[in-house]
This record gives sequence, structure tokens and C-alpha cells, in this order.
Amino acid sequence: MRIRFLIPVVTFVGIAAMMWYALFNLNPTEIPTEFVSKPAPEFSLEPVPGYGPGLAQEDLATGKVILLNVFASWCVACMAEHPFFMELKAQDTVDIFGLNYKDTPDGAAKWLARHGNPYKRTGMDLKGRVGIDFGVYGVPETFVISPDGKILDKIIGPVSPDMFESRIRPLLNEAGS
Amino acid sequence: MVAEIGQFVLILALITAIFQGVFPLIGAARNSQPMMRFANNAAFVQFAAITAAFICLTVGYITSDFSILNVANNSHSLKPMLYKISGVWGNHEGSLLLWSWILALFGLAVAVFGRNLPDSLKARVLSVQGLVGVGFLMFILFTSNPFERIDPAPLDGSGLNPLLQDPGLAFHPPFLYLGYVGLSITFSFAIAALIEGKVDPAWARWVRPWTLAAWGFLTIGIALGSWWAYYELGWGGWWFWDPVENASFMPWLAATALLHSAIVVEKRDALKNWTILLAIVAFSLSLLGTFLVRSGVLNSVHAFATDPARGVFILMFLIVVIGGSLLLYGIRAPMMKGGGLFAPISREGALVLNNLLLSTATATILLGTLYPIFLDAITGAKVSVGPPYFEATFIPLAIPLIIAMAFGPFLAWKRGDLAGVVSRLKFALLLSLLLVGVIWWQQTDTPIMALVGLGLFGWLVIGSLLEWTERIKLFRGPLSASWRRMTQLPRSAHGMTVAHIGVALVILGITASETWQTEHLGVMRPGEIVSVGGYDFRFDGAETVAGPNYDAVRGTFLASTGIEKGVYLYPEQRRYSDPPMETTEAAIRPMLSADLYAVIGEEDGKGGYAVRIYHKPFISWIWIGAFVMFLGGALSLSDRRLRLGAARRARQQEAATESLSGAKG
Amino acid sequence: MKSSFRLLMLSMLLAPFLVLSATAVFIEEKLKDPVLEARALEISAEIRCLVCQNQSILDSNAELAKDLRQIVRERIALGESDEEVRGFLVDRYGDWVLLNPPFKISTVFLWLGPAVIFILGAFAMVVFLRGRNRLVEDESRTKLSTTEEAEVNRLLKSDETGQNS
Repeated sequence: MRIRFLIPVVTFVGIAAMMWYALFNLNPTEIPTEFVSKPAPEFSLEPVPGYGPGLAQEDLATGKVILLNVFASWCVACMAEHPFFMELKAQDTVDIFGLNYKDTPDGAAKWLARHGNPYKRTGMDLKGRVGIDFGVYGVPETFVISPDGKILDKIIGPVSPDMFESRIRPLLNEAGS
Repeated sequence: MVAEIGQFVLILALITAIFQGVFPLIGAARNSQPMMRFANNAAFVQFAAITAAFICLTVGYITSDFSILNVANNSHSLKPMLYKISGVWGNHEGSLLLWSWILALFGLAVAVFGRNLPDSLKARVLSVQGLVGVGFLMFILFTSNPFERIDPAPLDGSGLNPLLQDPGLAFHPPFLYLGYVGLSITFSFAIAALIEGKVDPAWARWVRPWTLAAWGFLTIGIALGSWWAYYELGWGGWWFWDPVENASFMPWLAATALLHSAIVVEKRDALKNWTILLAIVAFSLSLLGTFLVRSGVLNSVHAFATDPARGVFILMFLIVVIGGSLLLYGIRAPMMKGGGLFAPISREGALVLNNLLLSTATATILLGTLYPIFLDAITGAKVSVGPPYFEATFIPLAIPLIIAMAFGPFLAWKRGDLAGVVSRLKFALLLSLLLVGVIWWQQTDTPIMALVGLGLFGWLVIGSLLEWTERIKLFRGPLSASWRRMTQLPRSAHGMTVAHIGVALVILGITASETWQTEHLGVMRPGEIVSVGGYDFRFDGAETVAGPNYDAVRGTFLASTGIEKGVYLYPEQRRYSDPPMETTEAAIRPMLSADLYAVIGEEDGKGGYAVRIYHKPFISWIWIGAFVMFLGGALSLSDRRLRLGAARRARQQEAATESLSGAKG
Repeated sequence: MKSSFRLLMLSMLLAPFLVLSATAVFIEEKLKDPVLEARALEISAEIRCLVCQNQSILDSNAELAKDLRQIVRERIALGESDEEVRGFLVDRYGDWVLLNPPFKISTVFLWLGPAVIFILGAFAMVVFLRGRNRLVEDESRTKLSTTEEAEVNRLLKSDETGQNS
């Protein structure tokens, strides 16, 4: 009969353990992609004027792992990852495609001219509908795409070198071996 | 200089709090008078020190001393004085300082007014209060120091979020904290009682006024917050079941339950274990809310995750305070003996039912609030728990609660007569059914929930009034006799009637505004007229106006029924520069019968503006009802039996009852 | 945009409770048919806005919320059922977007929890009340003279009407 008086403390221990785990491991603002190991949605977009051929669903299946980066000239956080993407391009580590989200052709072209172009292909999603089909809800986001055009993972927010090593490099190696 | 003084007195307060937490506790165990008395002095010093710290920070804000990081981050020289002052607690660090200050204030109140408390109980209460203070002061000093300097000082501050520059929100946090911290006193009493191993009606007589006060402040705090959401967010919504709102609603529900169960302890010496548990849980939920809001665990607060030290600190604090006290409860509670006996159909029985429903509602909201974290932690799946869930689970619990609210007060203590009560409530049942019938007859497609809501409103108002008239035997004799009875009725009885009617008014406001709201959403050109809820709204155009620290587009609407002269509404779309942000200022014409609510938005480039116009019947009654509830609480609080000097006399009376029951057994 | 967003989020910590609206009230193209428009608003009210913490897309002034409202309208105009419209969004953003969590294995405890808590609580209450009551009956069978009972009641009553205090 005494046990029932311990119910509150036991319940609390459960809640506290969960909080502890959540505090260190969970990020409530990140909504992971629904597309893991599913093919990318269908789309076909014009390029940013002067920046390579356009971008469509079938272009994503390249036979190797690539990145699809959602960017915009109005996006301040994109500047944080841009130099790193330029570096990746210079070292030829991985091919990056650019999905220009809710931007103007002129704005996007100027931005790329000013900061450099790390992208092999670009596509302009003027109305943001392709972004929504991809489940994009903020810029920047970066999708890791498998050799056969399936989505492997999505990174929300700017990609840092650390994040690249921990979340993208393993996927690159896996496909390479 | 003020920052250094502030820092110094805060450290002083921490040291005092540590002593206050330790010595009286030892003193009470060893029955050492000087050590117990020390608690009083410590409480006074702690209060003085934190008051000084608070003044220092306020001076920093008033003088716009941007060499203090906290001021630089949250204030601006152009800000109106009211918001410079409310800016003191409009940020994480300052709000914690306010928390600690109120905690010390209440500790002082116990020290000063608790003269007729038994020495050991008082010493232990103050000691627990001191220990809670230690936690908060450490939190402030180690992770959230409001007096941190910044060098070089910026030329001007970065400003307070414009959404917070609002009278409703300036006073919402202090009220809420008064409520949360008021519950710390009942918590301290509960812990002290567990240590002593004794709970008696005198204990309940002490706990009840504090619960009442905390409950009243929470009621006002929550009402202010929802009122702010109503006019500031521009969609006319006033409650969103947001985790942060739930964090304030759960302690309120628990405090409401505690308020009622403490009556049973006071009058009948029963439900002691349960009341102690509720006192612990109510304060724990306040702390949990603080954690949820500030740790980044919930979706509201990602930015704090950048400083996980704070989250870790609060969580450890929670584990020590809540875990420790619940463990103490688990060990000590079984030793407490239950007192008074009663039949299931009795006032006590009704209050137990009240507690069952309120506790289940609290637990349900806790479950819904934590479930997304729970699921994410276990399976990694993301789920949202929104208003539909809370409405679906809360309403079925609220309905029986409201039905019982009219029954309960009619039932006699120990053993009630349900059939008798039903027959006395016939009138209420009849009238509320009549009300529902008339509404249905007027409008046969009225949603069923609207009929239920209005029926409950009628039932509760009439039931409460019937009970009140019966107590004073109105119309059962000469009016002068009834008047005499009314003046002799304890204020707590009047308070209960008033508070219950307040609940009924809230139900009226919610039901009517949800059911009969009409709206117009669209583009309007100057000169255009739309008809909403029986009013013609004429849009007279918009102009740009300059405020003290913002620019605004201000629209002009004339709302008239054709009979009266009509009223002008001036909604604004404001653009603040520090920090850069836009806010919508709805224009609201509150009336008892309905609110007229207008919002202006973007221009379409052709002279038209996006507008939203709402006609919300009876919505003001939500806040009027909340205020009436608060008044009921205040009235009860002024009851002379709860006044502090009366405790001894009441205790004597209790002794008389006890000796009598002793004679029986 | 990002920096003001950060500020917004920062401000949330400060106010004990807060639901944030960001920018403008937009001009939107509504569906011609008022019945369909009403359905679109009803669905939107239960779709969670992804960038504004805790509002529905109906209540949010964020740009993405506006786009999603428009998508809801388009799907309805295409003749899709409410379920299909919701499905379209769930395919892209997951169950997270549904403010009304669907009943499935992962939410069993969420939906049944309140009932379970209530039943357990009610059970405990019944046990407790019966315990008290049995004692009352024992008591009345053994002792309790009517005069004593009356005296207790008088005292309790006087306490209530405050005549003695």
C-alpha cells in the first residue's frame, strides 16, 4: 500500500529523464525530411540566367552522391555556408546543385557573380512551389542525393565543415566504396 | 557603479539565502529558539538585498546605461519611460531577478505576519523558502547575470521587441510571477508539514490564503496575456494552447484544485496527503513551466539552446526541488493519518470530484504538452499537439466539472441529500433549459456545443445565485432578516459565489464569440462599405503617421448601425526600427454585447488595403469573467477567518470540535 | 530576415507566454465559392505553420504560411477531399504539420492517456470514498448519539455562517 505514495516521484523521474535527453539531443525547430530514401519529387526549372543548364528531377540521378542546396540572394544565413561550398568546389569533393528559392533572376545572378558560383547546375524556383514539394520551410537547406536520385538526408540551416564531416562525408564514402 | 552595487547585493542575498535555508532547519530539529528566530532576520536581509539589486537594474534602465549588457540588449534611449521600466523584467535575466524579488517579498510576509505560527513550522517554512531562493539566485549569478558589463558600451541599445512594448504585456509577467511564486509559499508549507509529520486544520488555514492569493494573481496574469494576444496578434484569437500558455494554465488548474482540497483539510481534517501533494505539484508545475519556456526543449524557445548551460542548470534545479520533495512525500506521507469521515454524497465528496476532474485536466494538458518531446525522444518521430487535441480532451472534463459546481455548494458536510439538492436546483435546470430552448427556437442550426455552453452558463449562474439566496433565506422571511444574514455570511461564502459566476461568464464569452462571430477578410478601397454583424463598416482610407519609436500606416473605419452615431476605429500597421520589425495593432471597440475588431494590412498598389473586420459577440465577457473570478478570490481572501490574527480563535474553535469528536470515539 | 527572426525567437524567452506574428496582413486571392473558401479556412486552421513556432497557417502572417494557404485553396479547387489536401501536406512535411494529431500507434498513449488517467483517478476516488463511507457507517452504528451529532453540526454551521467568529 505504501508504494502508491511513490507514484508521483517515479512519474517525475520519468519526465526528468526525458527532459535530460531532450535537452542534449533534440532540436524542436528542425523538422526532418519526409523523403529519406524516397525519390526526389518531379520538377523542371530554368537556370539562373548565365549559370549553367536548368535543373530537373532526372538531372539529380548522376551516378554519384551530390548535394542540392536551397539558396536565395535575400538569405543572410546562406552567406555563412557559401565560402565553404566554394571550397568544396575548388577541392572537387562533391558536386553541388543550386535550387534558387523565391528569388528574382536578376538578384540571383548578381549574388552569384558577387560571391562566386559553387553550383554545377542551378534552377530557379520563382514561386517557391518546387521548394514546397521538397518540403523546404526555410533557407538554406541542403539535400544529400543518392546516385540514383533518391534523397538521403537533409541539413537544415547553413552547412558547416563539422556538419559536413559528420553527416555528409559518411554518405559520400558509403556510395564510393 | 550601479551594476557593481547590484552584483554585490545579489551575492549578499545568495549568502543570506544559504544561511536562511540551513540554520532554521537545524534549529527546528534541535528545538533551538535563536536558530529558528534567525529565519526572520535572514528573510528581511534577503528581501532588502534583492530589492536593492532590483533598484540598481531599474536605475540602469531609466538612465539608459548601455555599458550594462542587459540594458544594451533590451532597451533604447528613445523608448517611452513605461517600457524602459517594464524592460527591466521584459528579458530573461531581469525576469529572474523579479522572480527572486517576489520570492523574498513573500518570505518576508511569512516572517512578519506569521507571528502566531508555531515556531518550528515557521522556521521550516522560511527555511524551504530560503532554499528555493538559493536555487534562483545561483541561477542568476552563474548563468544569467543581469549586471554584466559590456566594453565598449554601444551608443544606443538594440531595443525591446515591439510586441512587448504594450501595457498589457508590461504587467502580464509580474502578475504571473506573483502567482507562480505565491505557490512557492504553499509548497514551503507542504514541505515543512512533511518534515514535521503533521497537518492540521490550522495548517490549512494558513495555506488557503496563500493559495487564494496565488490563484488570483495567476488568473489576472493569464487573462492579461490572453487579452494581449487578442488585440496584438491581429487575428482575434485569444488562446492558442501554446506550450507557453499551457505552462501557465497547468499551475492555475492545480492551484484551483488545491484551493478546494484545502477547504476539506480546514473544515474536516481530511484529504491531507492529497492536499500536500497538490501543493507540491502546483509549484512544481510553475517551475516546470519556467524550464520549458527557457531551456529550448520546447518549440517556443530555440534561441536559448545556444546557451545550454541554462537549460542544464534549471533542469538540475528541478530535479533537486521537485524530485526531492516528491521523494520526501513518498517517504513521509504514509505516516499521516486521515481525519474526518464522510459519505460519498457530501460536500467533501463533491470537492473530491472537483479535484479528480481538475487533476485529470492538468495531467491531460501536461501529457499533450510533453508528448511531442516524449515521442521524439523515443522514436524520433515529430508530431504536433495543437488546439484540436486540447479542446477534445479538456471540454469533456470541464462539462461535468461545471455541472458539479452548482451541486457542490448545496451539499451538506459529512452527508448530503442529493435528491433534496436536485429538487432545490429544479429552478436552475428549468431556466437553463428554457434558455437553450429559446436560442434553439431562434436559430435551429445552432451548433450543439453552443447550446451546451449556454446551457452550462445558465445552470451555473442560476445555481450559484440560488445557493446564495438560500443561505441568506431571501424571500423566506422579512428582507431585514435576509440582509442581516447576508452581512453575517462569511466573505469566503460570497467569494465562492462571485468566483463561480465569473467562471460562468467566461463560458458565456467563449461560447458566444465562437458561435456567432462574423467577419470580413479582403481588400477594401476608401469609401467602400461592408456589413459585418449588423454594423456597416466604412473605410475612410489610410495615412502614414509617426509614433515615438515607429512609423505606422493608420486606417480609419467608421462603424455604425444606422441608428447610433457610429464609432471610428483606427487600426495600425507599425514599423519599428530598433529592432526592425512590423506589428499589427488591431483597433477594437469593446462593448458588452460585442467587440468590433479591425485590422489593416498591406496595400494593393491601387489604393486598396488588405483588411480584416470581425464582429465578436460577448467576447469581452471572457476577461470580465476572469476579473470577476479574481474579485471572488479577493473577497474570500478578505474573510476575517482567513485574516491572520483570527487564526488563534479559529484554532480554539477547532479544539472544541475535536474534544467533542474525542468524546464520541 | 534571418536576424529579425532570431530577435523574434529571442523575445519569446522573455515573455512568459507569447505567440508571435511577424509581418504583414497579406492580400490574398480567395476562392470564388464561399463554401469551398470556408473549407479551405477550416483546413488551414489545423495546419501548423512551419516557421512561426506555434500557430496555424491560418493565424500566421508568415510568407510560407500564405503560400501554404494558397496551396490548400488550389487543392480544394481541384476537387480534392479534406483528407487528400491534408495528405498532400503530410507527404511533404510529415505529421508535424497536423495540429490535430492523427490516431495511430505512435499517438495511442496521447489519445487514450486522458481516459486512462481519468479511469485510474476515478477508481482511486471510489476506493477512497468507500473507505471513508464505511467508517462513517461503522461509526454511526456504534456510537453517535443524536445530541452529539446535532452539536457537531451546530459547530460546523456556526463556523460557516461566521456567527461565532
